[in-house]
Amino acid sequence: MSDALLELLPSVLLEGLLLGCVYAMIALGYTMVYGVLGLINFAHSEVFMIGAVAGVEVYRYLGPHIGNPYALALTALVVAAGVSGLLAMAIERMAYRPLRARGSTNRLVPLITAIGLSFFLQDFTRLIEGLWHGEFYMNYPANEQMEALHELPLGMAIQNKSILVIGVTIVMMLALDYLVRKTKLGKAIRAVAQDASTASLMGINPDRIIARTFLIGGALGGVAGVLFGLLYSQINPFVGFIPGIKAFTAAVLGGIGNIYGAMLGGLVLGTLETLGGTYLFFMTDGAIGNEYKDIFAFIILVLLLLFRPQGLLGKTQGEKV
Amino acid sequence: MNKILVCSAGIILTAFFARGEVIKVASGSMLSGPQANLGEMIKLGSQLAVEEARPHFEELGFDLQFSPQDDQAQPDVGVAVARRIINDKEVLAVAGHFNSGVTIPTSEVYHEDDLAMISPGSTNPRVTDRGLDNVTRVCGRDDVQGPVGAEFAVNDLKAKRIFVIHDKTAYGQGIAQAFRDKAKELGANVVAFAGTEEKTNLQPMILQMRAYKPDLVYFGGMYDQGAVLLKQMRERGIKATFLGPDGLESSSFVDIAQQAAVGAYYTTVAGPAEKYPAAKQFIERFTARFGRAPEAFSLYAYDAAQVALLAIEHAIEENNGQKPTRKQVSEAARNVQMEGVTGAISFNENGDRAQSDYWIIHYTEAKYPGVAVKSISAQPPSK
Repeated sequence: MSDALLELLPSVLLEGLLLGCVYAMIALGYTMVYGVLGLINFAHSEVFMIGAVAGVEVYRYLGPHIGNPYALALTALVVAAGVSGLLAMAIERMAYRPLRARGSTNRLVPLITAIGLSFFLQDFTRLIEGLWHGEFYMNYPANEQMEALHELPLGMAIQNKSILVIGVTIVMMLALDYLVRKTKLGKAIRAVAQDASTASLMGINPDRIIARTFLIGGALGGVAGVLFGLLYSQINPFVGFIPGIKAFTAAVLGGIGNIYGAMLGGLVLGTLETLGGTYLFFMTDGAIGNEYKDIFAFIILVLLLLFRPQGLLGKTQGEKV
Repeated sequence: MNKILVCSAGIILTAFFARGEVIKVASGSMLSGPQANLGEMIKLGSQLAVEEARPHFEELGFDLQFSPQDDQAQPDVGVAVARRIINDKEVLAVAGHFNSGVTIPTSEVYHEDDLAMISPGSTNPRVTDRGLDNVTRVCGRDDVQGPVGAEFAVNDLKAKRIFVIHDKTAYGQGIAQAFRDKAKELGANVVAFAGTEEKTNLQPMILQMRAYKPDLVYFGGMYDQGAVLLKQMRERGIKATFLGPDGLESSSFVDIAQQAAVGAYYTTVAGPAEKYPAAKQFIERFTARFGRAPEAFSLYAYDAAQVALLAIEHAIEENNGQKPTRKQVSEAARNVQMEGVTGAISFNENGDRAQSDYWIIHYTEAKYPGVAVKSISAQPPSK
């Protein structure tokens, strides 16, 4: 049996990497908003979920018209990014900015607002989808071309859609890196993250920059939603909660406020979770089942934060965003 | 002359408008949430039975009403619904609930006031084994269904290495255990027995399947999770035969699993509608009334409501035409003998159906319903 377990390791790591890609993309949304506002936007998990729902709707309405599955997937990704980005911006405009404008310095007020919004968006989506299509579960339709399985060395096998997930994640991360480091907007975001009032003295409108940060973070969340849907094929209005919490964890694991930390944290958490979920079962002869995979991942998190409270890449005092 | 006219007109008018005392039959199923599609089909089955019985009850001098309730397939919601039902004194019987995990706690609530409950599809042995005299069911039991599945897996499908998964509910875990025990007894190697509540990312289990290399995967649970598991298994190249219990009995199973459904088997206590000779007319009436075809459990829901209505009718007779008490209806329900759309119905002293059918269904194409490959008629095990 132990040989079989070792043989399985590459496949487990690959599966963990795929899950990690999704976590990393969501974690970016948490960490960017934290960078500029110092706020944990718990409604981000619903931005992710609505991205996944938008993807389903694209498949439903445009699926019959677009023959090429890759073109269709890219359309879904773009639409979901747009919908989620605008939603995140709307959330900021309607829920967080009024609180900021009133000069509330209490960090808990926007946090509670975020949790409330999260519940609202879950049930609102359930209501809308229920009325619109009478469905609770929404499915990404199967496509043979996307699901074709390629055998890889070391007993691994990968589907076309998994390659797409990895590819899209890499492209989005490189684009984000470029945006933050090389563009004017990126510079402004970094400036607001460092010190919003000083940035405004330099002619930067912090409100506008904050709105754009939400737009970018939301768009990444929407893309993550579609990738999640493509990977696991079924979603529902409450699907955002668990990945949202995990991605938040990943952001903390990597060092909240640091975008590279969020990327790394996501990949690490996804891998740990898949490793724990798969191997704990074998090692305990079935006594500890798959449901403990989350506990395993979070024990690692607690241990890590005990010894490195700032997270993997976080600095106690340093550049945010 | 005038007086007589006025009087008789008055009598006719009162007879016309007085619709008699209200009697309600409640139905308990999952009308919203993950299993809403199946819950709706169950509700419609019971609704048709009540609607068809209305004229007859009017002759008896009662106004029969239908009260559909939504338990969301959750035990806590189910108990809240049961409290609401039991406080509505006009309700004399409940056709429901469906999920065993909901039926077991709600039956205790109904027992407080001896309210008759006839379940269309709760198969867990504990539903009736607790000896509550208000509980009956028109379907079979998991301690028969599980072994029927195990015999089919080992004897017909020649399974050697079996991977068993369940959803950790009273129903799913119960039937998975019954299946496992019988499969072991028959000499198959049960390589793993695992539970999970996860409904989206089932990859860890699929990776385990890669290591164990089972030739058959048994899933004890409901279609909303089973179909996702099957789809993800097939996508990742696991070719083991898929077998499950009657929780997979829903057209939504195929909607979710799509092409992956082809080749899957499940055992069920509710055979395909066209397999019951008496069901032909029922299917026509159902389709005419609701504009869509019934599913297997609609038939059982119809029969459950029929049992409830017949019990109420007998109790009315015994009570000399007056509205009976709940206890009288409960007692009458146990003694019901009738020819339902799913065959002859009568109950043993526990409330189990005296003779029930178990089917094995095979999806030869990605279309509901599947093909019935085997049918077994069995009595409930004696304690």
